[in-house]
Amino acid sequence: MYRGREGMWSWIFHRVSGVGVLLFLFIHIVDTALIGWGPGVYDAVTNIYHTWAIMRFGQFVLIAAVLYHSFNGVRIILIDFWPKGYQYQRTMFYGAMGLTVLALIPTGVLLLGPIFSG
Amino acid sequence: MSLARNAVQRRPGNNFELWSWYYFRISGVLLLFLTLGHVYVMHIATPIEQVNYAFVAARYAKPFWRTYDLLLLLRAMSHGVNGARLIVHDYLRSRGLRVFAYSVLYSAALIFTVLGALVILTFQPQAGA
Repeated sequence: MYRGREGMWSWIFHRVSGVGVLLFLFIHIVDTALIGWGPGVYDAVTNIYHTWAIMRFGQFVLIAAVLYHSFNGVRIILIDFWPKGYQYQRTMFYGAMGLTVLALIPTGVLLLGPIFSG
Repeated sequence: MSLARNAVQRRPGNNFELWSWYYFRISGVLLLFLTLGHVYVMHIATPIEQVNYAFVAARYAKPFWRTYDLLLLLRAMSHGVNGARLIVHDYLRSRGLRVFAYSVLYSAALIFTVLGALVILTFQPQAGA
């Protein structure tokens, strides 16, 4: 019933996206702390985030993880606190996936667009 | 379906784990707004190319954004480390490895939280920047 079905995949994606976002939080604290060294250092670092294709792609993946973790988190809360929530867990999984993909369209245009247009 | 129903009834009995369970959900709702707001402001409303020293200096002239970022840091770190704690509990079986992993996790959480909070609270733009 559970294995290989939506419930299992939503749980795996939730864990993986959670760990990924936590790792980025550590990195993000360090890159932000470099602001103490002044505009020269900080602007060099933010420039890497802006211009390297791999960094723009990484930010796209990060936002995908944040979006999925957010929407699936709402699904988990609804399963736990809304008495009928568990009946709709499968529908809500596809809902969370759909919202994630939808929100990734403008994100992709903004973050990935400049990689291809130079 | 029956599994999902059981999951609803399987709220942790242990007091600490019960609070942890509630904390995930309460901090999760707050993070939904804090995180998506942060991503929206830094990536959609502002083209990321404009995020640089001058942008942060202007932003941090307002106490509102320092408060916002501090709340986001504390919420995200506690929610994330609580999740990592459960992952260590689930996948590391040997006692020694677990103690080691918890030590690394909690030390990193403390050091990075202090570093992040220091930057948010003490940043002063350089004159002329």
